[in-house]
Amino acid sequence: MNRLSVFLLLALGFGACKKDQPTEPQTPIEFRKPAHFPEPVYDLPARNPVNSEVFVLGRRLFFDPILSLDGSISCGDCHQQAAAFAHPEHPLSHGIHDQFGTRNSPALFNLAWQPHFFWDGGVHDLDLFAISPIENPVEMGEKLPNVLEKLRRHAEYPGVFAKAYGDTAVTTERFLKSLSQFMLLMVSDNSPYDRHLTGDAAALTDTEKAGLEIFRAKCASCHTEPLLTDFSFRNNGFPSGIDFGRERITLNPDDKYKFKVPSLRNVAKSAPYMHNGRIATLEAVLDHYATTVKDGPTLDPLLRQNGSLGIPLSDDEKAKLLAFLNALTDEEFLNDERFR
Amino acid sequence: MKKFALLFGAALSLVVVSCHKHDDEKDWADGDLGTLEMEFDSRFGDDDFALGTEYTTAHGETVKISKLQYFISNIVLHNEDGTEYVIPQNDSYFLIKEDKAGSNLLKISNIPAGNYDHVEFTVGVDSLRNTMDVSQRTGALDVGGDAAGMYWSWNSGYIFFKIEGESPSAPFDSTLNGNFWWYHIGGFGGMTSKTINNIRTLELELPQEAGHDHGTAIEIRKDGDPHLHLFTDVSKIFGGTTAVKIAENPIVMFAPYSVEISKNFADVFKIDHIHQ
Repeated sequence: MNRLSVFLLLALGFGACKKDQPTEPQTPIEFRKPAHFPEPVYDLPARNPVNSEVFVLGRRLFFDPILSLDGSISCGDCHQQAAAFAHPEHPLSHGIHDQFGTRNSPALFNLAWQPHFFWDGGVHDLDLFAISPIENPVEMGEKLPNVLEKLRRHAEYPGVFAKAYGDTAVTTERFLKSLSQFMLLMVSDNSPYDRHLTGDAAALTDTEKAGLEIFRAKCASCHTEPLLTDFSFRNNGFPSGIDFGRERITLNPDDKYKFKVPSLRNVAKSAPYMHNGRIATLEAVLDHYATTVKDGPTLDPLLRQNGSLGIPLSDDEKAKLLAFLNALTDEEFLNDERFR
Repeated sequence: MKKFALLFGAALSLVVVSCHKHDDEKDWADGDLGTLEMEFDSRFGDDDFALGTEYTTAHGETVKISKLQYFISNIVLHNEDGTEYVIPQNDSYFLIKEDKAGSNLLKISNIPAGNYDHVEFTVGVDSLRNTMDVSQRTGALDVGGDAAGMYWSWNSGYIFFKIEGESPSAPFDSTLNGNFWWYHIGGFGGMTSKTINNIRTLELELPQEAGHDHGTAIEIRKDGDPHLHLFTDVSKIFGGTTAVKIAENPIVMFAPYSVEISKNFADVFKIDHIHQ
């Protein structure tokens, strides 16, 4: 190999590395609280000061299959930006050796406002979240100490850690918090619905506005505005089989079949739906609430009113609701180059 | 050499004992600081304990134990004069692993000089630390280091006490080709919803019978080197307050029955003696 080709290879190597690209994405690496959102629960300035090098480290880790046992799966495989960081086409996601999990990969955004994680709320701190998919035998199948050891021996990672944190030490805290920082900066706040809330009278069509009114009357008690979830755990009458949901965490029979209310932001992009991904379309989700809610001891009382199950919805109301749900798509977020 | 050490030790303790008789006389100055070593010595009833050795429980079940590890935290030394010394929280987390030499020797320093006659500690990790930022989870609490395997990532919280092994009383597992049992005891009470709490805080007194070279208090002195010898009697996991039978409960992890097992921690740990 001659000198020139070595030089070219080196240049290619650096070119492929995002941190060294001269054209960093134009949106600054910063956390901003949207004016119409409440205060976040994760205190970034105190716990995880935003720094573009930490963000870049977290991004690299998020998309790096080195986190998995056999180098085949990254976080980004089951959390894809075009689907608001959910897993399109996959009711359940597959991990190493094509093993399937038991729950639908949730969309990722506005995590700084989430008080707990997973469909059952088993993890209360985003910083502690990543350990679970890394160590789940049917997801990444690795052990956290082993991941850290692979990073310590890696040709580039110690340098990336040094850029982010001042020295090359690859610690549990740095690893977990850089991943968190990347995810915490995923703020989705610029859908037509948001622009409507912040005063743009032309942001929503008349049909979408009518859908918003139906939504406020029939859905918003759980999918609370503006985050479009109240983060509570509820049994929505969707058959769950042997997955007992929140009961696994609290061991309280009153929590059987309860799952976290998901945010509806970007919902048109994050199919399939429900904790087990068993519903493929939004139309079918509305049909479930209108006609197939299954009764049970822990069914949410809001789905059993005046002696009847579910939420009464006419075809006209469903059409307007669908229009509104489609107005929750935040194209700016789905195309934000910082998250690639 | 050994004989000499024994003689020397006996002579030293005679001195200590004789000092101790003069209740009014303090042989230390206010402000003196000393150290203490606490040794957790695993036993199975009257026998010494070793991984892989066969033992019989109080219920006649034979067991071979392959893993034994547990957290000891939040140590408090109670002085004869009624005061107490709380080990600074950040220095008060220890993870004892039967297969890791030295992990059962807890070294505590900067203890105010005085005579301490009972010891308090938690088996497990307190609820506050279970909810703290990852920056406060270093050393024994590092989930990417020493504490790996002692943490439930799907249900955030430390496993306080982990014991695993084989027994003919456990059901046959065709995948693993053996009869295995697992007790992973944890649960700090829940973050937002109340659930099982297996945090057990014990107060252990020093044996008060007149010991030859053993005192009845931990005598912390500026130049002292006291060594507190505790027994971790593994047999009591099965035969303590709760009668734990492997045939009935071969797998206990995050489940209500774990609370019955953790009741036995009070029987598992005791102070055997002190070397001053």
